[in-house]
Amino acid sequence: MLLAIDTATGTVGAAVHDGDRTRAEVVRQDSRRHGELLAPAVSAVLEEAGLTVADLTEVVCGVGPGPFTGLRVGVVTALVLAHGRGLPAPRGVCSLDALAHAVHLGGAPATDVLVATDARRREVYWARYEMTPSGARRLEGPAVGPAASLPEQVRSLPAVGRGGLLYPDALPGQLPDAPLDVSPGVLADLAVRLSGGTHPDSGRGLLPPEPLYLRRPDAVEARSR
Amino acid sequence: MNDPLVLGIETSCDETGVGLVRGRTLLFDAIASSVEEHARFGGVVPEVASRAHLEAMVPTLERACREAGVRLADVDAVSVTAGPGLAGALLVGVASAKALALALGVPLYGVNHLAAHVAVDVVEHGPLPEPTLGLLVSGGHSNLLLVPDVTHDIRSLGATMDDAAGEAFDKVARILGLPFPGGPHIDRVAREGDQVAIDFPRGLTSGRDLQRHRFDYSFSGLKTAVARWVQAREAAGEPVPVADVAASFQEAVVDVLTRKALLACREHGVDDLLIGGGVAANSRLRALAQERCDAAGVRLRVPRPGLCTDNGAMVAALGAQMVMRGRPPSGLDLPADSSQPVEQVRS
Ligand SMILES: [Zn+2]
Repeated sequence: MLLAIDTATGTVGAAVHDGDRTRAEVVRQDSRRHGELLAPAVSAVLEEAGLTVADLTEVVCGVGPGPFTGLRVGVVTALVLAHGRGLPAPRGVCSLDALAHAVHLGGAPATDVLVATDARRREVYWARYEMTPSGARRLEGPAVGPAASLPEQVRSLPAVGRGGLLYPDALPGQLPDAPLDVSPGVLADLAVRLSGGTHPDSGRGLLPPEPLYLRRPDAVEARSR
Repeated sequence: MNDPLVLGIETSCDETGVGLVRGRTLLFDAIASSVEEHARFGGVVPEVASRAHLEAMVPTLERACREAGVRLADVDAVSVTAGPGLAGALLVGVASAKALALALGVPLYGVNHLAAHVAVDVVEHGPLPEPTLGLLVSGGHSNLLLVPDVTHDIRSLGATMDDAAGEAFDKVARILGLPFPGGPHIDRVAREGDQVAIDFPRGLTSGRDLQRHRFDYSFSGLKTAVARWVQAREAAGEPVPVADVAASFQEAVVDVLTRKALLACREHGVDDLLIGGGVAANSRLRALAQERCDAAGVRLRVPRPGLCTDNGAMVAALGAQMVMRGRPPSGLDLPADSSQPVEQVRS
């Protein structure tokens, strides 16, 4: 029984997956209160699935990229929860991959797809995917930068995530009804497929449970405190 | 519950602390510090501290349990610093504590960092007299607290209006070309100096200031006075007597700290003074406080230096006292509050 957690985008949530399907998912929409919302969401998703923490055998978490403060809440929750239950260390999934996987599950367009999320400071986290029949394969990224600085051919692709909503001039391809934030249930499904070898990126495997920061700490800002 | 086993997590600044306390007995206190990573910036960089907390959390939990000889499954409650402190750093500890409480199915206590600095002394010197007067001095805080009940009732008598005492030590160390953190270096250098060589100002101790800010502190004027004095020397082409400057500066700080603490003891009828926080490790502060407490008939309590600086044991010690006093636990929606007032002992 797998518990999936993600706090890399505007949602905070958890899902339980039994290897075949997502049994329950609890998602809260609030990008500034990850710390308050996540633990109750984990508790709630277990209850909804009729399980207890003792039933969990595996933990996975979205490792971003995403705004650091919220991202760390998810990663450290996964780490300590797994440690506290005596489970193997959690494994990480690139949160942008989970957004691309949502596009795959929802019936993908026939072209490559851009995933772009809010990186704050007028920048986006982004990655480019090839949509294959068995899943979305990451071709470029994850990377961070101003939307207008993305390669020309990437900027015009069909886009999902909040990046296209924030910077419609630079990223005009926003898909209607596109997923904007990570669904932990979709992330769980992706983790199962990645480890089961049925996903085009299975070779790359899952990631260590460490945030994909992509940016160095901003020490100058801290100096003026 | 008689002797609850409580695990405490502290991440309010640059130390990742995990302590294990059974009742009033300290089992182990594990600390991972990122201070070296901050040294080159001359101060704590919040993002660097937050990243370090995340990396250190599970290894520090493991080490605490191993060294204490307990299993996580035996833990009766988890307590954690909910504030005050650096927002992003606090959040790593609070999320960890929630995950642990959830994993173990035990109650969670979100506690006040300043209260924990006071509470830790029970593991060293036994139950706290009620009330106790707390003088907390560190790089982040300078507070005078009246503590009728450390699990429930703490009143702020005064605090610094500007720099914390430890911050003043850091800044003056920089002026004198001494390394960060400045406290231990000034303490060491000052032993060779004359503490009455230079008459540096004592902030908020004269006439109207003392009326209006009776138990408040101010150290930024002192820091400026030191800087001006050193600059004048340098401008005149004369050597700076580093030991004398350090000793005179240190004397000005500890004079005001102890003078106001003893005044508060007298005016509030308190017979017990407890000094905590990193600056409590300062040898001159300990000596002068002892001298003045002896003269005033006040009993002085100072935890050993390792328990004065930020650590997990203090959070565990406070959590254990809350469990023993039957205080209600916090919810899983406990927020981290970077500016949590000291009166809010539990969140
Ligand atoms: Zn402190």
